[in-house]
This record gives sequence, structure tokens and C-alpha cells, in this order.
Amino acid sequence: MHYLFEPGLLSSDPVRTAFLVGAVVAITSGVIGVFTVLRGQSFAGHSLADVATTGGAGAFLVGIYQFWGFLAAGITAAALMEAIGVQRRRGRDVATGVVLGAALGLAALFLYLGTLRTATTGASFTVLFGSIFVVSPDTVPALIGSGAVALGTVAAASRVLLLTSVSPDLARARGVNVRLVGIMYLAALAVSVSLAAVAIGAVLSTALLIGPSATALRLTKSPGRAMAVSALTGLAATWLSIVLAYDSYYWPPHGHGWPVSFFVVVLVLLGYLLSYLRPRQRRVPRSPHEEAECGPTVGGPETTAGRAVSPFPPASVAISDDPVR
Amino acid sequence: MFSPLMMNTWIAGSVVAVIAGITGFFAVLRGSAFAAHAIPNGAFAGAAGASLLGINVLWGLAVFAVGGALGIGLLGSEGRGRRGRHDVVTALTLVVMLGLGALFVSVSTQYAEETYSLLFGEVFGVSRGEVLPIVGLGIAAAIAIGAAFRPLMLTSALPEVAEARGVSNRRVELYFLIVMAIATSMTVPVVGALLMFSLMIGPAAAARSVTARPGAAMALSVAIALAAVWLSIALSYRTNWPLGFFVGIIGAVFYLIGLGARSLAVSTVRRPA
Repeated sequence: MHYLFEPGLLSSDPVRTAFLVGAVVAITSGVIGVFTVLRGQSFAGHSLADVATTGGAGAFLVGIYQFWGFLAAGITAAALMEAIGVQRRRGRDVATGVVLGAALGLAALFLYLGTLRTATTGASFTVLFGSIFVVSPDTVPALIGSGAVALGTVAAASRVLLLTSVSPDLARARGVNVRLVGIMYLAALAVSVSLAAVAIGAVLSTALLIGPSATALRLTKSPGRAMAVSALTGLAATWLSIVLAYDSYYWPPHGHGWPVSFFVVVLVLLGYLLSYLRPRQRRVPRSPHEEAECGPTVGGPETTAGRAVSPFPPASVAISDDPVR
Repeated sequence: MFSPLMMNTWIAGSVVAVIAGITGFFAVLRGSAFAAHAIPNGAFAGAAGASLLGINVLWGLAVFAVGGALGIGLLGSEGRGRRGRHDVVTALTLVVMLGLGALFVSVSTQYAEETYSLLFGEVFGVSRGEVLPIVGLGIAAAIAIGAAFRPLMLTSALPEVAEARGVSNRRVELYFLIVMAIATSMTVPVVGALLMFSLMIGPAAAARSVTARPGAAMALSVAIALAAVWLSIALSYRTNWPLGFFVGIIGAVFYLIGLGARSLAVSTVRRPA
């Protein structure tokens, strides 16, 4: 037992808080990430995280808890991106990029001003890469609450969300307000990204958002099961990372632990690469010629899994008893 | 502001702007904004690693940038035309590089100050030795893009036609990513990993919204990038605020001006009708 767990792992308060926060973050990111990957908005997800950095830096400058800074900046950026139009396939990456560039500029300024005022140099590192072991226990209820709100929103609207992700045109034809659903989803994404930013840092929150969900979507065809697999994969990666980071205190160089973020990234990548080992089955075998011709149109151009959740799914996917109809 | 010491800054800044204008034009045209963000951003980890090992930072940057470009280009283009897949691979590549960066930075404890300058740039204090490789690379990147101008344009605008003519989209994409990787990551010590990106996207997007002609758009993109950099250096010199702040904001302002100009043009065209 002691080969895996260094003594004192579970009796340490920061570690127990880390396990709790890690679980909240992994589950929220895992579930919401499935939609991010389905909608092909990995860049938007990553940008929200980076923009959240600006909020974190601002919060550091003003002297309030980082999470609120992350959250405020994330939601503002989500609204801005929606206004510029992330729904439009063409040009939306550019719009996202411009928002991101401006936000990063602001982050540079905030960090600079912050360091001028308080003369602490580690701030940019903490804001960008996070540290799950310094999450204060007082803030845990707020983190859990935010995660629950984001998850609840997504769960309540999961069918509409799935429909707009897979086929916006079909959703529009059914009278769904695609734009409203998009805003709601981006807001939930902003909350989830802010949570992850606290735990493993703004820049690396993308790892938990995209990695487990992309893995899950390679493994299963049902969206519901994908969410479960993704949440569990994320959870396993996060908890194992915390254990490894705790153990790494005794690894070279001595007396200095390795960052949790590093382990999360490595494990998440490992999971994704392992998912390649499983051969992908197709429901309807198609010749390469047909593939080239109609290619990504079936199931939307979004993902490899787009084909799995085609716009005309079997009854098991349950879009057919969609409440909006 | 124009002292001999500052001359290095002006030269380096101008070369960086030209590189960003040229590569950014294609990045915007090809929809590679995410890759343009991920590669220089992830390359920062290479710089951190190199400085941990005590070798020249440029080597670390080059290894990580090219490695990132290969990862995105090879893994991402497997399923043709599926942008989602491409984005997922880009995100994962970026995150892996950043995770390594986090490790390198945390292992070498006294690195915090340098991390900040690698991420956000440090143009004041560019030495003659740093200017020379940047100028060389700038010329090399311009030649590399110029040599492949036609296939790059063709695969960006009409990928199917390119494929029918025997131009491999995949190979052109990989070529472009590697050129972009080398050109942009070398400038990381000067502009910073995070802001090379805003210099690439803002001006190019603004130029594209004003004119549709490729040559003119590219020239305009370079001109706007130059203006943004020069203005930023001057403002940063006066205020002592970080250069990255001005680059990011000015890039976004140019984009908004471009959008405004286009919608104005559209409305004047429509009015007589």
C-alpha cells in the first residue's frame, strides 16, 4: 500500500480538500466537455479559459478570491463571443481569436500592475497554472454550488442542447431558439472552465474539458454514456494526479513536489491515446468513395463522434421525445 | 526612444510584425487560428525546458514548436474535413506542451520572473545577438511562404480543386504549420508566447475584412501589424506598461475598425439598390 500512497495522504486536510474539489471539477468538465467536443468548440472552450486568466489576474490585482475573477471574465467573454457569433462556422475562430488576444493583453497589464504593487512574483504562475493544494476549505461550498448550477443547467437542457449541437438546422426547424441555447451553454461552459482554472490553472483547464470527453466519444456512441465515461475518466485522472503529485514530493529534485497539472495532462493524453487501440465500429459500412463524397455531412461536421449521434438517431438516443416538439 | 539600445527593439519588433502579418494572413484564411494560438503558446514550455537544461532557449523553442506542429498536422488531419477532430487534437497538443511547461517551471524554482517575460514578452533589452536570428528567420519565413504561395492559396480557398489537381492538402497543411511554428516561436522571447498570436490574428482579420484580393490583403495585414507594433513600442516606452497589453488591444481595435469599414461599405453599396 505504501508503495502507491506515501504515508499521511488521507490525513492531510489540503489533500482531502483537493480530492473534493478535484472531483467537482472533473465531473463538471467531463459532462460539459462532451458538448464542447460535439459542437466543435474546443477553441472557444480553451479561449474562455485563457480569458478567465484575465479575470484571475484582475482579481489578484484587486485582492479578491481568484475564482470570482475567473467567473466574471469567463461569463463576459462568453457573452462577447456569442455576440460576435460563435455559431457561424466561418470566421468564428477569428472572432474568438481577437477576443482572446485583447483579453490576454489585459491579463499582461493586470499581472504587471499587480506585481508592481505587491512585489510577489509567483502570481502569474499561480493564475496560469493553478494549485489545487492551496484551495481554501472556505471556498469549497461556493465551488460545489457553481459546479452544481452548471451541471443542472446542462442536464435540464441536455436534449435541446444535443439537438442544437448535432444539427442546428433541424433544431431551428423544430422551433428551438438556437441562439438562446448557445448562450446558456457558453455560460455553463464558463462556469466549468472557471472551476477547472482554480484547480489546475486557467491554461490547463482545457485538458480536463477536452481530453476525457474526446476519449469518451471515441469509446461510446450514446451521448449519455459518453458523459458518464467522460466524467469518470476525468475523475480518475484527477484523483490519480493528486496522489502522484503528493508522492512526487519524494522524487527528484528532493523536497519539491511536481505540479498536479502536469500529471493531469499526461494521464488525460494517455487515456486519449489508449482509446485509439479500440477499433471504431460503424453502424453502416461505407465505401471510401462515398466517404469522400458525403463525408462529414452525416451527423454534422463536428467530430468523429458526430457520426455516432446522427441527426436521425435510433430511439435509444431519445432526441425523438424531445420536449420542444 | 531611438537610442542605439532601443534600435534593436525597433528592428526586432518590425521583423516580428512582418512575420506575423504574412503567416497570420494564411492562418486566418485557412482557419488555423487555434493552431496559431497553440504553437507559439506551447513552445514556451520548450523555452522553460531549455533554460532548465542550461542550453540556448531558441533550441527549446524550435523543438517544441516543430513537435507541436507535427502533432497537430499529423494526428489532426487524419479525418478529412472534420474540424472538430482537428480542434480536439490541437487542444490536446497544446495542453501537453503546457503541462510540460508547468513541470519545468516548477522544478526550477527561481523561474517565475522569466516565465512572465516568456509569456508576455520583453522587447526592451533585446540584444544584438537576439536580433540576428530573428532577422534571418524572418527572411527565411517570407521565402518559404512565397515559394509555396500558389499551393497555399489553392488549398486554402478550394481544397477540393487542389486535391483534384494532385496537390496534397495534408502535406501543404503540414508545411504551413511547420513554417509558422518556426517563424513564430523564435519570436517568443521578444513578443511573448501569448501575444504573438494577437499580432497574427488581429491585423490579418482586419485586412481580410477590407479587401478580398489576396496580395492586397497580405500587404495590408503586414502594414497593420507594423503599425500596431510601432505604436505599441512607443506607448510601452512612454508608459512603462507591458508591450503585450498594447499589442493585444491595438490588434482588436484594428479588427473592429475593419469590421466597421466593411459594414459601411456594404451599406453604401446597398443603398442605391
